Amino acid sequence: MTLLGDFALWAAVLVGAWCAVISFSGRWRGRPDLAATVTRSTHALLVCMLAASLALWQGLISHDFNIEYVAAYTSRNLPPYFIVSAFWAGQKGSLLFWAVVLSLFGSLAQTLTPRRYSDLLPHVAGVTSAVVVFFVSVMLTSANPFERLAFTPPDGRGLNPQLQNVGMVIHPPMLYLGYISITVPFAFAVAALLSRRLDTGWIHAIRKWTLVSWLFLSIGITLGMWWAYVELGWGGYWAWDPVENASLLPWLTMTAFLHSVMIQEKRGMLKRWNLGLIVGTFLLSIFGTFITRSGVISSVHSFTQSNVGYFFLAFLVVAGIAGFTLLYTRWPLLEPEAQLDSVVSREAAFLFNNLLFVGIAFSVLWGTLFPILSELVKGHKITVGPPFFNRVNVPLGLLLLGLTGVGPLIAWRRASPENLKRQFLWPGVAGLLTLAGLLAAGMRDLYPLMAVALAGFVLGTVVQEFYRGMRARMRMHAESPPMALARLVARNRRRYGGYIVHLGLMIYFVAFAGMAFKQEQEATLKPGQSVVMRSPFGHTYKFTHLGISQYEALNRIVSAATVEVTKDGKPDGLITSEKRQHVDSFRRPTFEPSTEVGIRSGLQEDVYVVFAGAVNGTEEAVYRFNLNPLVWWVWYGGFVLVFGGLLTMWPGGGPVLRGPRGAQAGYRAALAGK
Amino acid sequence: MSGEGRPTPGGPAASRRRFLLTAGGALAAAVGVTGVLRAQGEEPLAGQGATGTLRDPSVVGRPQDATHPLDNSEAIKGIEQRLHCTCGCNLDVFTCRTTDFSCTYSPELHREVVALYQDGKTAQQILDAFVAKYGEKVLMAPEPVGFNLWGYLLPGVAITLGAAILAVVIGRRERVRSVALAAAP
Repeated sequence: MTLLGDFALWAAVLVGAWCAVISFSGRWRGRPDLAATVTRSTHALLVCMLAASLALWQGLISHDFNIEYVAAYTSRNLPPYFIVSAFWAGQKGSLLFWAVVLSLFGSLAQTLTPRRYSDLLPHVAGVTSAVVVFFVSVMLTSANPFERLAFTPPDGRGLNPQLQNVGMVIHPPMLYLGYISITVPFAFAVAALLSRRLDTGWIHAIRKWTLVSWLFLSIGITLGMWWAYVELGWGGYWAWDPVENASLLPWLTMTAFLHSVMIQEKRGMLKRWNLGLIVGTFLLSIFGTFITRSGVISSVHSFTQSNVGYFFLAFLVVAGIAGFTLLYTRWPLLEPEAQLDSVVSREAAFLFNNLLFVGIAFSVLWGTLFPILSELVKGHKITVGPPFFNRVNVPLGLLLLGLTGVGPLIAWRRASPENLKRQFLWPGVAGLLTLAGLLAAGMRDLYPLMAVALAGFVLGTVVQEFYRGMRARMRMHAESPPMALARLVARNRRRYGGYIVHLGLMIYFVAFAGMAFKQEQEATLKPGQSVVMRSPFGHTYKFTHLGISQYEALNRIVSAATVEVTKDGKPDGLITSEKRQHVDSFRRPTFEPSTEVGIRSGLQEDVYVVFAGAVNGTEEAVYRFNLNPLVWWVWYGGFVLVFGGLLTMWPGGGPVLRGPRGAQAGYRAALAGK
Repeated sequence: MSGEGRPTPGGPAASRRRFLLTAGGALAAAVGVTGVLRAQGEEPLAGQGATGTLRDPSVVGRPQDATHPLDNSEAIKGIEQRLHCTCGCNLDVFTCRTTDFSCTYSPELHREVVALYQDGKTAQQILDAFVAKYGEKVLMAPEPVGFNLWGYLLPGVAITLGAAILAVVIGRRERVRSVALAAAP
C-alpha cells in the first residue's frame, strides 16, 4: 500500500501543479471547457489525496511496522481510537492530514460556491491546488509518511502517553480544520484581486468559510486548553507557549475580519483593510505551522525538529510577498465608497475594535519572536514566558472586553448624546453594581476586579439588546415574550448570534479572572494522613490518603493513588490520580511514566489532584492539590461561543446577501423595529 | 521371586490408604513450601500498614523526596515562577518541579532557591544570583531595561499611536464635512 501512497502523492503533485499553472496563466479565460477542467481538477486532487490517506490508514490499522511512521507512533496494544489519532500525531502524518483536508475544502469550495461567483473559481482552484502541491512536495522531499525501514520491528514504539487522551483525538483535527480552512477565504481574496472583481461579491462568497474557519479555530483552541488542563498536569490551561500563541494569532485577525467585513458590507468601506486581514490571517496560519515544525522557538508542543521548517519559512516569504504585492497593485481599485461620519459611531467602534484585535495579535507575535530578535541584537537568548505576556496583554484584553460591551451600544454613522445616554445607562449601571459588589465582598486585585466588572457591563449590554429587541417585537407583532425572543433571534441570526458570542467571551474572561485566586499545596502523606485546604469560595477541603494500588491495563502498568475528600466536613467521594508506565506488547517500557490527574469539576471550583510519586517505593505518596476557581466556566464559555457562532452562520434568517445599500436599508428597518 | 505374590500387610485397602496418605502429605508439603517461598518473596500487601511497600516501585517514576515546609512557601513559589527551568522544558521552575516529575533539573534549582532563601537573601538577590550563574535566559521574562523595554512597550505604544491617528483622522474628516455642510446653500 505504500506504493499506492507514494504514487498518489506524485499524482497529486502533477494534478495540482497543472491546475495551478493553467489557473494563474489565465489561459482558461474565454475557454469555458478549460475553466471547467481547472475547477474539476480539484476533485481529481482530492481523489489522489484520499488514496494516499487510505494507504496510510491501511498501514496503521494493519500494524505494518516496516513503515517508519507506523512504527514510530503506534504499537500492537494501542487502543483503536488512538490508532485513528496517530494519523495526525506525527510530523509526516499531520502534513498528509493537512493536504487531504485542504484538497477536500478546495473541492467543496468549487461545489458549494454559488454560480454567480463562478468567474472567481478557476483562480480559487489555482490557489488551493498550489498550497496542496506545496504540502505534498514537503512530504515527498523531506517528510514522507510512506518511508520504509530497512527491517521490520516486531512492535512499534506506541503513541506518546500525553497524546493518549480523547482531547488529542479531537483537538488537533479541530485546530487543523481551522488553519486549513483559512486557505479558502485567502484563495477567494487572491481570486478577487487577480480578476479585479473587487466588489463585495468575494466577501459574500467567503462568509461561511470565514465563520467555519473561526469556529474550528475557537473549538480547537478551547479543546487545546482542556487537553492541557486534564493531561499536562500543571493545573492551568494557557501558558503562552509559542505553539499556543501561534493558534491564537489567526483567531485574533479572523475575529477582526468578521467585525470589519460588516462595515464593507454596509458602507463599502475598509476594502483594503479586509483584504489585508485575510492575507495576513493566511500567513499567520502558515506561520503557526512553521513555529510548530521548525524548532526555531522551543515549545512543549513542537513536533520533532526537522528541516521542513525551511520549506515553511520559504513558503511564508513567497506567499507574503505575492499576496501583499498583488494587493498593492490593485490599491487604486479599492477606493472606499463612503467615509466615516463620526468618531462616535458604530463604524469607528469597529475600527478601534480592529485596531485592538490586530494590536493584540501583534503583541503576541512580538512576544513570541522577541527571543530571536533579542539574540540578534544582544547576542544572547532570553526567555519570554507568561509573566511577560500577562503584563503586556492583560490590559489589552481588558480593553477589548470593554469594547465588546461598547460596540453594540453605539449607533451606525453618528450617535447623538441622547442616544448614548439611553444606550449606556443600564449596562453602565450593571458594570458599576458588579464592581461595587466585588469591592464589598473584599476583592482588591485590580485585574480580576476590572475583568468581572467589565463582564457585568458586557452582560448588561447583551441583555439590553435582547430585551429591547424582544419588546419591539412584542409591541409590533403582539407576540408573547418567549415567541418574540425566539423570532427575534431566528430572524436576525447574525446579529444576535454575535451577541451570544460576546456572552461566551465574557464568560471566558470571568473564568480567566478566577484563576488569579487558585490555591496550591504540596503534601507527602502516608496512608491515613490528611491535609486541609481552604478554597477562595470559603469551602474547607480535607484530603486523606488511602493508599496506592498497582494493576496492569492493556498497554500500561498503572499506579493509582487515591484520596478521600471531605468538603466542609461532609464526605465528597474519592479522587484517584495515576502514574502510568506505558509498555509495548512485549511489556517493555516505551516512555517515561506519565501522570494522570484526578479532577472533580464544579461550578465554583475544581479540585485537582496530582500524584507526583512515591517516597522510597512505599505507599507514602507525594501529592499536589490545587483548588482552581471557575475553570468549568472556561469550557462553558467555549460552548456558548461556539453556539453563538453556529447560530450566526446558520443558513437564512437575515439580509445577509444584500448589497451595501440593501443591507443598510434592512438595518434601518431593524432600528425602526426597536 | 521371594516377595512375589506375597499379600501386602493389611490388604489392598491399607495399601490404598498409605498411598493416599503419602501423596496427600507430599501435596500438602509442596503447597506449604510453595506458600512459604511465596511469602518470603512477596512484599507486604499494598494498603496494609502505615507505609506498605509497592509491588513494583520502578513504574511509579522517579522516587520523590518528602515535602519540605518551604516547598509550600508562597515566597519561594513566587521566586520560582520567575525562573526558567534549565532542562529545556519551557516551564518555570515551580511548574516544572510540580508537573514534570521526571525532571532532575527543577528539584536541584529548587534546592538552590531554598538555600539562598534560608541564607536570608531577598527575592531580587536570589534572582540576581541566578542571572549571574545561568545568564539572563534563566528569567521567565526579561527585566524591563534597555533593549527589553522595546519588548514591553512597543505593542502598547503602537496601539495607542494607532488609536490617536484614527481619532485625529476621523475627527478632521468630521470637521471638514460639517464645515462643508454649513457652507452649502
